[in-house]
Order: sequence, then structure tokens, then C-alpha cells
Amino acid sequence: MTVLSAVGEKNSLKRIGYAILYFVLGLIAVFQIYPLVWLFFFSLKGNAEIFGRSPFALPEDWLWENYARVWTSGNMNTYFFNSVFITVSAVILTVILASLVTFAITRMNWKLNKFVLLLFMVGYMIPIHSTLVPLFQFFLNLNLLDNPVSIVLAYTAYNMPLTIMILMGFYRTLPREIEEAAVMDGCSVHRIFFQITLPMTTPVLSTTMIINMIYNWNEFVFVNTFISSDRYKTLTVGIQNFVGQYLTDWGAIGATLMISIVPILVAFFFLSNRIVEGIAAGSIKG
Amino acid sequence: MNKVMSNKWIIALYVLPSLILLGALVYIPIVMTGYYGMMQWDGIGEMNFIGLDNYVHLLQDSTFWFSARNSFLLALFSTLSLIMYLVVSLVLSGKIKGSDLLRKIYLIPMLLSSVAIAQLWIKIYDPNNGMLNSLLRTIGVENPPAWLSDRSTVLIAIFIAIIWQYAGFYIIIYSAALKGIPASLIEAAEIDGATPLQIAWKIKVPLISGVIKTTVILAIVGSLKYFDLIFVMTGGGPNGASEVIASYMYKEAFGRYNFGYGSALGFALLILALLTTWVIQKVMATKDDIQY
Repeated sequence: MTVLSAVGEKNSLKRIGYAILYFVLGLIAVFQIYPLVWLFFFSLKGNAEIFGRSPFALPEDWLWENYARVWTSGNMNTYFFNSVFITVSAVILTVILASLVTFAITRMNWKLNKFVLLLFMVGYMIPIHSTLVPLFQFFLNLNLLDNPVSIVLAYTAYNMPLTIMILMGFYRTLPREIEEAAVMDGCSVHRIFFQITLPMTTPVLSTTMIINMIYNWNEFVFVNTFISSDRYKTLTVGIQNFVGQYLTDWGAIGATLMISIVPILVAFFFLSNRIVEGIAAGSIKG
Repeated sequence: MNKVMSNKWIIALYVLPSLILLGALVYIPIVMTGYYGMMQWDGIGEMNFIGLDNYVHLLQDSTFWFSARNSFLLALFSTLSLIMYLVVSLVLSGKIKGSDLLRKIYLIPMLLSSVAIAQLWIKIYDPNNGMLNSLLRTIGVENPPAWLSDRSTVLIAIFIAIIWQYAGFYIIIYSAALKGIPASLIEAAEIDGATPLQIAWKIKVPLISGVIKTTVILAIVGSLKYFDLIFVMTGGGPNGASEVIASYMYKEAFGRYNFGYGSALGFALLILALLTTWVIQKVMATKDDIQY
């Protein structure tokens, strides 16, 4: 009798414990998500509604014209396509160069490979503020200031360590037999790399690409420092300027913020597993 | 086999372009920062060599020390909040339904740019129309703080936004490490009658100590070089109250065109970051990776 009631008590305690756990976990989820929902709502409101009514209310009439307005008159269209262009160019360049390096380090035989790998890895630790003035001077001398090329090169160099780190983990697990057989058959190194190894790494390539894409899309300091004219600015710097000009127009600010984060949210919706994988791989292997 | 895969020309062709890029954009600039730090220079005119004057000035510059203090406070807060993230990850690694989905939801803010996050939180903290103070007023707080424009609340306000941004990142890292623990170990402990708390504390945490060390380094070094969010949210204000080393460096170099002194600050930041990493490596030295 006493044993039975003790077991029953233990079970109900356990159930209450789990209920509390789920409640807390749910609360954290609300804390992480609700600010974005709130942002979405105020991006559809007019100033009268934002300043006159409860911030938690749904928009009264959904002002999609906030989006149309900032897209053209706020220059968002230019910033958006600059972000796409710079992000895509840098991602492609980074992934190709990093794959070549990883292949040479893990597959080819040479003495300095460990040392060269270390050189790439240490790059991960360098704060960009410690290189900003010389980089500015370097691009100035090469006439690359206010030129997207400087941004693409900087993104490539600074994302290379992380990209190599993630690729390295995958290359180490790849079987070498196919490559060895290809060598026996007299295949050239270039053909082995481009036709055998590179295609085998597609899963990890997509992981590194999405991680690089997120980092480049969100980058602020390089663009803010090296780009001065509006026609080359990216979204992160563009919204910063925009907000400076439209301080009190909350609806417009909300719409620009939404435009800058929606592509990332869409990518996350379709590729969340790859993103999670990339984040985990990039930090654990380091 | 060996002959084909040892071709020096091909190795050079594959490695050199990246190495040259890294050298030109990362390694040479580090050295140049230290060198420019010995100049009096506005970025346009002549450089004047002034030896270690900038570095001496830096050691006596109260703004530098105050921003260093803020950077270290952020590092301390960030490290302490790791405990919170670890606890959440441990809970999620138990028998929780929908834990994968929860982890992904927690991660979402991490994917957004610091600029967008900063602008969003500026609106949340808006003293009159922001979400936070509206909420506080509804529950009866009469004079809620001005958050970002109040010297006494600005750091904590920034820090809450930082937690919002990074919580998911660390939870993903811890969860990935926890998933690597063989299920047989946990089952064996359960059979021996270990409680979930004991399993978490005595088995799971020690097994991922290597990853915990990595996250401590990430949190501390990340805080030292923290910039975007603070630069956009407060610009280091009000009146310098939330200045950090990187934002101070940026203002000196690209706001006041003190390229020489800005470089010295950048070099000090580099030394601090490397030194801190080295110290944590020493202090938290584990017996390499635990094998199981």
C-alpha cells in the first residue's frame, strides 16, 4: 500500500517536473521568436498606429506599401542585388579555393602540409579590427576602395579558415580507394579532383556554402569601411544608412529589416539541417 | 601513386592562390598594424614615426581602459551565460519531444545580421513605444528605465540582445557534442540507478569538457572583438558608457582619422585576443580528448 502510493507520487512528481520543463523550453522559444513576429507586425503599420496603439496589436490594415515604398525610394532594390552579387561571388570563390587547399593537404604528399594547415587555422583567431587600417591602405593603393572586388576578396580570405575546417572533417572520412584506383589508371590529379573528389563532397559543399552565405549576407564592417557610394552598398550597410534618414518612420524601418532577413529565413526553412550541421562542425573540430 | 600525388607544381597551384590571399589580407596586415601603431598619421598625409608613443599613450588612456573593462565585462557575462546554455542543452538531450525543432527555433536569431538585430532591439528598448516598456507599463511599472540611453542600464540591455543572438549557437554546439556520447554509456548508468541529474553532471558534462573549453574560448575572444551590434545600437554611448575596444578603435581610425593610434588600438586588441586564448588553453588544460 505505502509502496504503491509512493510510486504513484513519484510518477505524478515526474509528470509535474516534465510539465515545468516543457513550459520553460516553450518560454525560451517565445523569447527567441516573438521579437521577430513583433517586427513583422510593425513593418505593416503606419506611424499613427505604432505611436497611438498597443505595440502588441495586430496591424489594422496591412500596409504592404511600406515594402513597396522602401524597395524603390529607399534604394533597397540596389542594396539587395549588391548583397546577392557579392555573397554569391564570394561563396563560389571561397568554396573552390578552400576545396583545392583541403584536397592538397589531405590527399597529396608534401612536407609542409601540417604547417600550411596551421597557417590557415590561425587565421580564424584574428580580430578583423586588428587588420582594418592596413587593409584600407592596401585597397587604397590597389585602387580597390569603393569597389565590390575588395569586399569579395576580404570575405574569401576571412571565411577560408572556417570553410577549410568544415571541409577537412569530411575529407578525412572519405574513402581513398577510388582515387587510388584512378591514379593506377593514369588519371591526372586535376581530373581526380574535379571529376572524382569534388563530386563526392557535395553534401559538405552545400553545408559550407550555406554557412558562408549567411556570414557574407550579414557582414557589416568591411562594407561599411571600404564602400562609400550607394550603388555598391549591401543591405546591412544600406539599412543602417536608411534608418539614419528615416528615424521616426517605424513602418519603413521595419520593412527594410524584414527585406534583409527574409532571404535568410527562407534559406533556413529549407536548409535548417545543413545549417545546424555546419555550425556544429565548424566549432567542434576547432 | 606517390609520384602523381607528390607533384610539387600541382600542390603549389592548388595551395598558393589561397595562401597568397590569406597572406596579403590577414598576415601582412597584422604586422602592418603593429608598424602603423608607431606612426602619427591621419591616413592621407605624411606618416611621422613616433616610436612607442601611441602605445605609451594607450596605457594611460582612460577611455581605452574603460572600453577594455566593458569588453571584459561582456566576456565575463558571456562565459557565465554558457552555463545557462549548457543546462538547456542537457535538458534537450534527455527525453524531450520536439527537441530538434526547439533547437532550430532557438537558433533563428543567430542567422540574422547584427545590424538587423541591433535595429530591432533599438525598437524593443524604445522608452515610449517599445515592446519592453509597454509590457512593463501593463504590469504596473510606472517609470520603466530608458534602457539604451541610460548609463546604468545600457550594458545589461545590450547583453540581453547578445544572449538573444547567441543562445541558439551555443545550444547547437553543446547538443552536437552531447549527441556524440554513446547511448550505451547512458543506459549503463540508468541500469545502475543513476538519476538524470547525476547522469547529466557526472557523465555528460565531463565527456564534453573539450567542447566546453572551445566554447569558453569562443565566448571570451568573441566578446573581446565584439563590434557590430554595439556600434549600431548605441555607438558606444550614452557618453561612452558602452564603448568596447573594437568600437573605440573604429572611432579613432575611421571617425577621427587617427590611423596611427587606431592601429595601436587594433594591435592591442590582437595581443589581448591571442593572450587570452593562450591563458585559457593553459588554465583549462584537459588530458586531451577523452576517449570512450
